[in-house]
Amino acid sequence: MSLAGYEFEVQRDDGLATEEMTLNMGPQHPSTHGVLRFVVKADGEIMRTALPDIGYLHRSIEKISEKVGYHGFMPYTDRVDYVSAMQCNQGWAMVCERAAGIEVPRRGEFCRIIACELGRIASHLLSVGTMVMDIGGMTPFTHAIREREKVNNLLEDLCGARLTFNYMRIGGVAWDLPPGYAEQVTAFLDRFEPFIAEYNDLISYNKIYVERLANVAAVSKEEAINYNLVGPNLRGCGFQYDVRRDEPYSIYPELDFDVPVGTGEVGTLGDCFDRYMVRIKELKESCKIVRQCLDMIPDGPVLARVAKKLKPPVGDAHVRVEASRGDMGWYVVSDGSEFPYRTKIRTGSFSAMSIVDKLSRGIMIADLIALIASLDVVAPEVDR
Amino acid sequence: MSPTEIHQRLQDQHDDAITAFEADALDPFVLVKSDSIVEVCQFLHNDPDLAFDCLTNMSGVDFLKEEYIQVVLHLYSYTHRHAIVVKVNMSREEPSMPSVETIWKAANWLEREIYDLLGVVFTGHSDLRRLLMPEDWVGHPLRKDFIEPEEYHGISTRRESLLK
Repeated sequence: MSLAGYEFEVQRDDGLATEEMTLNMGPQHPSTHGVLRFVVKADGEIMRTALPDIGYLHRSIEKISEKVGYHGFMPYTDRVDYVSAMQCNQGWAMVCERAAGIEVPRRGEFCRIIACELGRIASHLLSVGTMVMDIGGMTPFTHAIREREKVNNLLEDLCGARLTFNYMRIGGVAWDLPPGYAEQVTAFLDRFEPFIAEYNDLISYNKIYVERLANVAAVSKEEAINYNLVGPNLRGCGFQYDVRRDEPYSIYPELDFDVPVGTGEVGTLGDCFDRYMVRIKELKESCKIVRQCLDMIPDGPVLARVAKKLKPPVGDAHVRVEASRGDMGWYVVSDGSEFPYRTKIRTGSFSAMSIVDKLSRGIMIADLIALIASLDVVAPEVDR
Repeated sequence: MSPTEIHQRLQDQHDDAITAFEADALDPFVLVKSDSIVEVCQFLHNDPDLAFDCLTNMSGVDFLKEEYIQVVLHLYSYTHRHAIVVKVNMSREEPSMPSVETIWKAANWLEREIYDLLGVVFTGHSDLRRLLMPEDWVGHPLRKDFIEPEEYHGISTRRESLLK
């Protein structure tokens, strides 16, 4: 990566000779959550900047969509964000349904939301677990992963896969809920909800942990919007916005849930701790949504009749889905054939990565780890 | 504001910059001349009734048969909760348009990605380098007439079918 234009002059008041240091971090650094590389320009322990170098996981998913057709692309969307693949499924299904004007059966919508919110719990558990591990605490990670395994079991019962689900179809979902699923999920939720408080007791307000996160890399609301930060990163700045509530899709308007925001409870508003805490609070909201869906779910079909060779009319469509890493934009251009002419996926991690250069200026090298973890960046989602 | 009202407002201010408006599309869009895109975007961003403070998505589309490249900006206003799509057409031979990075910082990486994958040059961009592909990559992979090179630094990009 060329570093032209990123030279910094290092000056000291005490007259000691010094020079700028260039450090390489990644691509296989354990705390970068996938294959990511940073070129760190540092003056001692203080970073002048950390330049993200991405593209290691670029699989050209958008190009693949042009070759495999609308239905065939569904399994590939799992790989966009493999930590919470359900919402990627939903984004693709929704944009195709919008382009082709397909109505999803009501039971299908409920199945989708149950799957998505369970996926969000799994994703946030991984996020808050690895965050503590990156900071240096190993034990809470195992607690979070223990719970995540149970969610994965539930999702496996639903669709047969634990990570890349391929559960949704254009026009609904592939399979109905298995027999006794509501009882199974309720039993899990009954066990899981007290766990959130237990996790908070275990680590969230631990003094060392709080000190590492408070006041680090605070983002203001204006800055977040300008850089298009989305999801928990945007809400961490104290700005109450959630696509599920404010640009509602699917059955979200009928559901009752809160949108937690950062409050600056231990330091500055919009710092790493606020972003972390928003995810913890969202775990509870997702539980609430799943419970309501299980109560309200109607009988009926789960999949609409859709042409095998789907040919949406000429034109383009754009949808926004609230994925675990925030507002995910799906754009598809159709030329009237059975293959998408162009697909574009704008993900939450992509915009989160673009702000790292700005936020890393002037903080300690060790804080970079906390910053990346708090932005909850997933590398394949950045590169696609 | 509805897309028609937004268009009307734009038309009043920047009449000669707008070449078309499609109200019946799924996402209504305005087609803007490439050289006036910065003024139009500045107006969309700054006008208190429009206040498009967020560039949610930016994509490039290569229309090979029609012989142009289109850059599509999806704008959203958190203040007023309304949206509009802005499209810019440019020639396939030398695609270029002014950068909107000064208005929305999010455009920095989105434009770099479009430059990388479609070869659109954004004039005035602060750091226009490839983003996803290697720096020494030749060509722009999302162009419809792109042919993948046989090898990259001695690594073959072909693989024999396992079914043979």
